[in-house]
Amino acid sequence: MSELLQQLGTMFAWLSLLQFGGTNAVVPEMHRQAVDVFHWMDAQTFANLFALAQLAPGPNVMVVSLIGWHVAGFPGLLVATVAMTGPPCVLAFGMSRLMQRAGQSRWLAIFKDGLVPLAIGMILASGWIMASTSDFSPMSLGITAAATTFVAFTEYNLLWALGAAIALGLGAHMAGFG
Amino acid sequence: MNVSRTELFLGFAKIGLLGFGGVAPWARHVIVGEKRWLSEREYASILGVGQVLPGPNTVNSAIIIGDHFQGTVGALSAVFGLLCTPIAVLIGIALIYDRIAGLPGVGAAIGAGAAAAAGLVIGTAIKMARRLKPNLTAVAVGLAAFASVGLLHVPMALAIAVLGPISIALVWRERRGK
Repeated sequence: MSELLQQLGTMFAWLSLLQFGGTNAVVPEMHRQAVDVFHWMDAQTFANLFALAQLAPGPNVMVVSLIGWHVAGFPGLLVATVAMTGPPCVLAFGMSRLMQRAGQSRWLAIFKDGLVPLAIGMILASGWIMASTSDFSPMSLGITAAATTFVAFTEYNLLWALGAAIALGLGAHMAGFG
Repeated sequence: MNVSRTELFLGFAKIGLLGFGGVAPWARHVIVGEKRWLSEREYASILGVGQVLPGPNTVNSAIIIGDHFQGTVGALSAVFGLLCTPIAVLIGIALIYDRIAGLPGVGAAIGAGAAAAAGLVIGTAIKMARRLKPNLTAVAVGLAAFASVGLLHVPMALAIAVLGPISIALVWRERRGK
């Protein structure tokens, strides 16, 4: 058990610092380690855990918590989650303090303003990638377009868009064409 | 603006709990739209910094925002809120998943929800861009980031490594004379 926990901790602490652009950047390596190197699970189980983490609310990094849980129960969940989020959190904290010390520095403002368009472009790209995994049925495309418009041009609660979409999906299914 | 530790914890817990298919739309909705902790610009620049550091960018942003309002304890409150509650929900879903996955209509509801979630992400990017009123250079950089990752499937880390310095250099050049 403790050997398992140690493997989980070491593997995720190492992977955690390679998560440039987010957790999804290291999913292929995570797959290789969990399935081929440590034989914690087969490829199908990995795929199922990944799908489940995508489906559930919360940051994508939680796929790691599920893997830890699958491998070593609650202690595994704890070790995997802390290993995967701890090192980046320490770095972010260091960065936060550096920025506070730099205060109103002109260079910091240029650095931050330069990153803003990238941040927005990346959000747009991830939404686009999510949309392109859909089945491209008229209904899916319509829902995506309607939700996009709703969010882009109003400040209403996002739950309305999600709730309406789910109700529509269920309704269409019951009416026999979903 | 003063935000207490409890408010940080609860606000980020809300972001985590409602973040179906990704937390980016909810993070902006809660932090900028609903609670007005930060302006659109302040939030976008923190997100930009969170993105160039390794790690999930909402987790990185949570650390920076928590530290900004309440120091070390604030950073911890924000991250715990963002991760702990959704992990509990995730485990709950994992436990009952096999039983609900087979129910009629669940697939249709999930498909429709996923289509809406993609729209929430795309709409958030459009809203942020609309409200920040970027100049032409920033629009070009944002679109380049979107096209490289969203359309050409360049790894996000590579896109950030190439476009980040270019974007910062462009902002620097614009402001040199001022």
